[in-house]
Amino acid sequence: MSLPAIVVGGLVKRYRGADRNAVDGISFTVGSGSFFTLLGPNGAGKTTTLSILTTILAPTSGMAHVAGHDVRTEQSAVRRSVGIIFQNPSLDQNLTAEENIRLHAVMYGITPYRPLYRLMAAEYRARVAELAGLLGIEREMFQPVRTFSGGMKRKLEIVRSLMHRPSVLFLDEPTAGLDPASRRALWQYLRETRERSGTTLLLTTHYLEEAEDADEVCIMDKGRIVAQGSPAQLKGTAGSAVKLEDAYLRILAGAE
Amino acid sequence: MTRELAAVLMLAQRDLTKLLRDRARLVSELVFPIIFIGILGSSLQSTFGKALGYDFVTFTFTGVFAMTLFQTAAQGVISLIDDRENDFAQEIFVSPVSRYTIIAGKILGETLVASPVAIGIVVFAGLLGVPLAPERIAALAVGGLVAAFFGGSFGVLVLANLPNRRAAQNVFPFLMLPQYFLSGIFNPIVALPWYLDVASRISPIRYAVDLVRGLFYRGSPEYRDVVLQEPPTVIAIVAATFVAFLVAGTALFVRRERER
Repeated sequence: MSLPAIVVGGLVKRYRGADRNAVDGISFTVGSGSFFTLLGPNGAGKTTTLSILTTILAPTSGMAHVAGHDVRTEQSAVRRSVGIIFQNPSLDQNLTAEENIRLHAVMYGITPYRPLYRLMAAEYRARVAELAGLLGIEREMFQPVRTFSGGMKRKLEIVRSLMHRPSVLFLDEPTAGLDPASRRALWQYLRETRERSGTTLLLTTHYLEEAEDADEVCIMDKGRIVAQGSPAQLKGTAGSAVKLEDAYLRILAGAE
Repeated sequence: MTRELAAVLMLAQRDLTKLLRDRARLVSELVFPIIFIGILGSSLQSTFGKALGYDFVTFTFTGVFAMTLFQTAAQGVISLIDDRENDFAQEIFVSPVSRYTIIAGKILGETLVASPVAIGIVVFAGLLGVPLAPERIAALAVGGLVAAFFGGSFGVLVLANLPNRRAAQNVFPFLMLPQYFLSGIFNPIVALPWYLDVASRISPIRYAVDLVRGLFYRGSPEYRDVVLQEPPTVIAIVAATFVAFLVAGTALFVRRERER
């Protein structure tokens, strides 16, 4: 049994000036290499939780360890071990795909800084060519990201977030706004990545079918965890629901 | 350490790349300095030039040069707010580099961004007949660089205290406009009532302008009339303020980002 990838205990976040906790004393553990999903309506506290786990936001109280590092005191170590796909696209639209990747690669110390692409390390250029092939964007790699489709931008972000081989990948509604074909392609790619590298996935989503494959699902509402278990367990507790979506809706209705 | 330096250079290059792809911005940044020097400087020269005993176009040019570099760098650093609203900042802020590295990269980047504008202003001044010997060009280069870095640190402090882009657009002119007049950019500061004197002494741009003039006019007869304080004094003030702005601004900014 390997060490858990994420341990959260009694985590609380109250935003400044708010009259209630956005995250209200949640605890959960995510096993190394597993696929964990946080579900819940808008405002349940999912993104806040992710922001705390990725050190973007300081918690009000409680503890959280990611890849064995404390998110309060070892921010830099946590950042090195995680990759993040944000809810909103975080590519620089004015830069080319390659420039976005290069910025990431240099910031994470994957490759030394050089002022021009052709001066970059051969290994880096080979990697870019490989990624371009993988995404099927050999020609567009040197075009501004602004010209890319939504699905392509998302894929580029995922590729970028995996460049430094993070042990935990956070995905905050990664498929929101994508057409069905792009969503399917994206998940295909994520599954392959997981099989290849054993990366732990922590996903938040509103598309419940994406959570059917999860090892564990955690349903949040108003900052608290209202149900937790494997998709099969949740379906069982919710009166033998067939689909996770039915179980989810019944559990939330019961929590009211 | 090397990684932090690489990150500074990479972030700085990003800003320069974006500027070079944005021709409209390049041109628009040149318009104001040219109006100030060409119209204000030239018209005041023909009205008061004789009475003052020194060339007013040159005087305005040195002031506008320092002010533009200071302001371009400050505004550039404040554009981190745009990044935040475009969500690109998230990518930068989750990377495992120091927050000081990010700010340093931004300041260096915006200093580079201010350089083409600075060169444009100098060329324009040359066309208007401002005497530009090589040592004066060197003085402008050194003084301008300091002015831009100083402006960048001022930008960090402003950034740390602003919640969003709207606030930045509303507040920034109020921070800059009084300084235009208190720093002696186009109006020689000879005698001020005590309260304006205090206000002038706490205007950061005053020191950027005074340093550029102190270096530019060195050894010339006008030096006594146009320079407020000796360059070594100004450099000491600028250095201390730069560090204070940078440290306080970055600490505040990071706290504000994380402890919402």
